[in-house]
Amino acid sequence: MAEKNNRKLCIIASKGSLDMAYPPLILANAACMSGIEAHIFFTFWGLDIITKKKMGKLHVATVGNPNMHPWFHIPTLIGALPGMSALASWMMRREIAKLDFPPIPEFVEMVADAGTRLYGCKMSMDMMKLTKADLVEPAEVLGAMEFLEISEGAQTLFI
Amino acid sequence: MGVLDAVKFDAEGYMVDPHEWTPEIAQAIAESLGITLTDRHWVVINFARKEFETNGEAPTLRRITKMTDVGTKELYELFPGGAAKVAAKISGLGKPTGCI
Repeated sequence: MAEKNNRKLCIIASKGSLDMAYPPLILANAACMSGIEAHIFFTFWGLDIITKKKMGKLHVATVGNPNMHPWFHIPTLIGALPGMSALASWMMRREIAKLDFPPIPEFVEMVADAGTRLYGCKMSMDMMKLTKADLVEPAEVLGAMEFLEISEGAQTLFI
Repeated sequence: MGVLDAVKFDAEGYMVDPHEWTPEIAQAIAESLGITLTDRHWVVINFARKEFETNGEAPTLRRITKMTDVGTKELYELFPGGAAKVAAKISGLGKPTGCI
């Protein structure tokens, strides 16, 4: 009955808005739950998801975001008003909590505990003047070439 | 004749009828998966069974870690090879469908 699972999932998380931070974490967590090895490479704005100072303050963009669901669709001009992004972020946090999905910092800790390997993109970190100490434990710092080596033979997703 | 001979499983190894489950069956399934059940495994299994009997469905891993004293790391150590799937198999519950 026992079977060995050789599948591997590698995700490149390139966006740091609240709505785009969840998909890589949900997929990596689902992979771990089903015995699939999971890796997430956080690059560019995606780095915010594992940056200690930013991870708890991710926002939903209300201007120039075509992905707004009708129930909180906000016209661009209204979305530009002060406080609108905070309001949309608050609404999204509330809806996500209803589904029992944890807030981002807790979710990152959960996927790491579940065995997902987390990597900060070295080049993005240099650009944003970040060091390993700015990233959450147990994230590692990795170059693009090394990530490609890790992702050999894996199912790779760019989010 | 082994305990599992009379038990029906689907193609993926989940029990077809969760109501047929007994602790002896759990023990035998765990053994077939190479796992020796300890008290900590039973905390998870008993909670999952209780939830199933109350709500008719298996709890998500997040619910298990919130409602018992078994944390995420320990849960994955107890049920290696995909905690959600392995714990569901041993608890005699169907394939888990929750996303968390």
